Amino acid sequence: MKKFAPFADNILPWLTCLTMLTALAAVFLYVPNEQVQGAPQRIFYFHLPAAWNTFLGFFIVAGASASYLWQGDRFSDLLAQAAAEVGMLFCTLVLITGSIWARPIWGVWWTWDPRLTMVAILWTIYAAYVLLRVLAGDNELIARYAAVLGIVGVLDIPILYVAVRLWRGIHPKVERMAPEMAWTLLVCTGAFLCLFAWLLWLRLRSLKLQDEIAALRREALTSS
Amino acid sequence: MWALLWKDVRLELRTKERVSSLFVLALLIVLVFVFALSPEQAQGAEVSAALLWVTLLFAGMLSLQRAFLIEQERGCLSGLLLCPFDPSTLFLAKFLGNVLFLTLVELVVTPLSLLLLGVQWSWALLALPLVLLLGIVGFSALGTLFAAITVRTRAREVLLPLMLLPLLVPLLIAAVKVTGALLAGTEWSGVWLRVLLAFDVIFVVTGWLIFAQVVRE
Repeated sequence: MKKFAPFADNILPWLTCLTMLTALAAVFLYVPNEQVQGAPQRIFYFHLPAAWNTFLGFFIVAGASASYLWQGDRFSDLLAQAAAEVGMLFCTLVLITGSIWARPIWGVWWTWDPRLTMVAILWTIYAAYVLLRVLAGDNELIARYAAVLGIVGVLDIPILYVAVRLWRGIHPKVERMAPEMAWTLLVCTGAFLCLFAWLLWLRLRSLKLQDEIAALRREALTSS
Repeated sequence: MWALLWKDVRLELRTKERVSSLFVLALLIVLVFVFALSPEQAQGAEVSAALLWVTLLFAGMLSLQRAFLIEQERGCLSGLLLCPFDPSTLFLAKFLGNVLFLTLVELVVTPLSLLLLGVQWSWALLALPLVLLLGIVGFSALGTLFAAITVRTRAREVLLPLMLLPLLVPLLIAAVKVTGALLAGTEWSGVWLRVLLAFDVIFVVTGWLIFAQVVRE
């Protein structure tokens, strides 16, 4: 964590700002309107990167959880917790942007399309994870339980994907993209990745500080 | 492992608490659904299938809440873990216990519900026990794992369904699809059975492997 700190504290915020501004400019000024859907399609440039971040969050949670179960280091545990919270944030964004897009294009705020359903279920898994941390308190036992949930959650994804896909389907698939669109998507993805990393870092740092405060408090209590 | 399973079974034989309360609860859920929907609406094959599985999920949740409760209240879980066997054996015993109790309850509740819902008899219904068993196995595998987790936390009544239900969605979809087709007597594709089977295999193995991490002191 220490090695990464100077970069994350000094460069990452600016990098996020810069790429996010470029992304906004690209989405609103540079990229042309999509032929069929018109302006509403532009939200897709935020929607898709947010969806990727949702999955990224899940894999970080699972990886960190596995590492925590096997090695028991505090850092993996904090990383899993931070990634779950940030991942849940992006998952919420996916649902909101998707809903805003679906209203003019499909005529409804919500429909039981497989990918929508899937993201909604992923959201509830994230929610269960975060609630476990909140409701059950913070100790080594709960950390281990959360890690189990993180791993089982990621194992559930492929089978969930198959089940929901067989269940029904109307989600648009992207077939070919104009080069301007591909570039815009790339910039947006970069911006969202930076944002993800930065938020993750901030949350990780605050969890770490919480840890230190708790340790100091214990120390003060025992000495007095 | 058989000794552990036998302990739970004998406990149940003496008190008959779990199976009897489960049975009444399952029946009540079916009744509540029928009242909420009106008998005519509740009689379609699709609705009946959904009803059967929702009943099983909620009644099963209650059974899981109790699975580790006795050990937890008396502090016997630590005692069990001190015994010289692999913790995963305990998982298998508890898992089989859950499968056994749920199967017993479903053996009575399912025919009764089908009767109440006015489902027509057909030979296709003979495949129903297999589907139910596959569903119960998957449910119990994940359920046993998370019951062991939530029994030692605060707010355990809320946390168990909260963690379990989202993960059970694929199982629920597949089971309801197959059951609906069986009840309606229509064609159904084997792919749903494969989804059920995959779910069972993945989570029995995962539970078995990861359980030691859960109960470690």
